[in-house]
Amino acid sequence: MIRAIAILLAFQLGGTVLAKALSLPLPGPVIGMAGLFVALVLFSRLAEAIAPTAKGLLAHLSLLFVPAGVGVVGHLDKLGQDGLGLALAILGSTVLAIAAGVLAFVGVARLTGSADD
Amino acid sequence: MTDVVSIWTYLAADPLVWLTLTLVAYILGDMAFQASGRRPLVNPVLLAVAILAVILRLTGTPYATYFEGAQFVHFMLGPATVALAVPLHANLGRMKGAALPMVAALVAGSVTAMASAVAIGSLLGVKGPVLLSLAPKSVTAPVAIGVSEAIGGLPTLTAVLVILTGITGAIVATPLLNLLRIRDWRARGFAVGVAAHGIGTARAFQVNDTAGAFAGVGMGLNALLTALVAPLLAPWLVSLFG
Repeated sequence: MIRAIAILLAFQLGGTVLAKALSLPLPGPVIGMAGLFVALVLFSRLAEAIAPTAKGLLAHLSLLFVPAGVGVVGHLDKLGQDGLGLALAILGSTVLAIAAGVLAFVGVARLTGSADD
Repeated sequence: MTDVVSIWTYLAADPLVWLTLTLVAYILGDMAFQASGRRPLVNPVLLAVAILAVILRLTGTPYATYFEGAQFVHFMLGPATVALAVPLHANLGRMKGAALPMVAALVAGSVTAMASAVAIGSLLGVKGPVLLSLAPKSVTAPVAIGVSEAIGGLPTLTAVLVILTGITGAIVATPLLNLLRIRDWRARGFAVGVAAHGIGTARAFQVNDTAGAFAGVGMGLNALLTALVAPLLAPWLVSLFG
């Protein structure tokens, strides 16, 4: 487990360094994810070493958003007089974006014959 | 009574209390989620946040004190994001087969998220920097905050809108996708990752591993697309609707 955490942190660190050095528009962990993905494709044995820890972390991904969520409560007043407009914009746009995305996916999958097996 | 107060005064300054309470609040939220028959409206993140917000309010604890303990949980977001490469790799074969559908869903979901948020907000009287802050709300927080700064929005407000979008997406996804009669887990997961970043991805992993893997990819790709496109698209949208 320690080895797996070290590997994950090393890729996060590498991603963060790369993002800063090249002023990339992505956060370090997202670049780290891309880096680890490439490493997994090249060395598939790496997957065995980190899969259990990665699965454990991702099974409780929701937990990791709790501290940020608590922070939001203190800033809800920032929504101010626009609160209702912003709330409806979020609700409406999230529903529309999920619907547009999923219909585009299914539509193109049907056209290209790449339906799931 | 004074003993209790003095013990609390001592403990409240200790990060251990807030770390423990964060985990306990989440476990309570998750128990309620399981007990409800895993109904999306009983969202464990939302419940845990509500429990902790009430505790902070009742004890008069500033967020900074709370975060000294909670930061250990928050920190794990980084390695967890990196760990998304593992399900991505495990689903590599299906990813290859779904390249075109993913591109289509990415563009459709990303542009719809930005354009409809700005359009609805502006119809309801939201203006200026507040309206700009809405544009990047579907992408993962660090990218959204950077985009918000770049286009003249309010980064703190954007951070709030990002979290609210994630929770909204996690709650509406299952009923919405059932209503649309979509049974393809790849499509379901990917669309939720694009529209509702990590919180949507977390929800997708609760439902189905394939959906989770595709949600992680959707989140990552939309972070990239929004970072590149929003600085051009958002001001144009705001001038169009504003």
